[in-house]
Amino acid sequence: MAAPTVLKLSPVIAERIRQHGAETYPHECCGALLGHDSDAAARASSEQDQSLPPREIQELYPLVNRRDDSPRNRFSVTSDDVLAAEKAARQQGLDVVGWYHSHPDHPAEPSQYDRDHAWPWYSYIIVSVDNGEPQRMSSWRLTDDRAGFTPEDLEIPQRASV
Amino acid sequence: MAVKVMIPTPLRVYAGKRDSAEFNATTVGEALGHLTSQFADLRKHLFTEDGKLRSFVNVYVNDEDIRYLAKENTPTKDGDTISIVPSIAGGAAGFPCCCP
Repeated sequence: MAAPTVLKLSPVIAERIRQHGAETYPHECCGALLGHDSDAAARASSEQDQSLPPREIQELYPLVNRRDDSPRNRFSVTSDDVLAAEKAARQQGLDVVGWYHSHPDHPAEPSQYDRDHAWPWYSYIIVSVDNGEPQRMSSWRLTDDRAGFTPEDLEIPQRASV
Repeated sequence: MAVKVMIPTPLRVYAGKRDSAEFNATTVGEALGHLTSQFADLRKHLFTEDGKLRSFVNVYVNDEDIRYLAKENTPTKDGDTISIVPSIAGGAAGFPCCCP
């Protein structure tokens, strides 16, 4: 089995995702993850490493949940939102490398509905929000055969103590 | 009748890391057929098992959404650009899934 992929984000960005989930509770929040993959070519030349390179999130692009019929347990991002997020990423020299959303009063694990609508390659961060309080955060990637998700290792360095 | 098909970032890994490909095609369906013949791994991410475009796969000819034209029968002409644009959806409904 391949080694888990690694997704790096700062404590500030992690907290912004949690707070977005708290702000929209009991509805789901959503947004784009802007960043880049580390230089795969450099890794390949330094070692015979076939694993996917670590991915780093450097900015968020919060979006409005377009599902007004069942926003407590569904979210949607229109193609216009996707194009706007890609434009914002390009302006910062970044790529849209994934998406985040919240699961109000549900675990931070992907649902069947998440899988049915997921794209490969993207990272999908899910934060659970229980009674308005953000809880566990996780990240996932769709498998190549669309059969399920594999978890990513979230690396969130702690702030240096003063 | 060469048309250019723009491949979105999440699918480039299945298309030799290319961001576009050109084909001779007179309809959108024909162009997408050529695309998924050349890059077979793309098919399951664009089409359902019964061959329909997935609901979260949006296809544009130049700036026009083919849902408001003739869908996959939308005609194309020389120099047209076909863009595949993701829409993103999910949510806790349907929990749990199928995680390892």
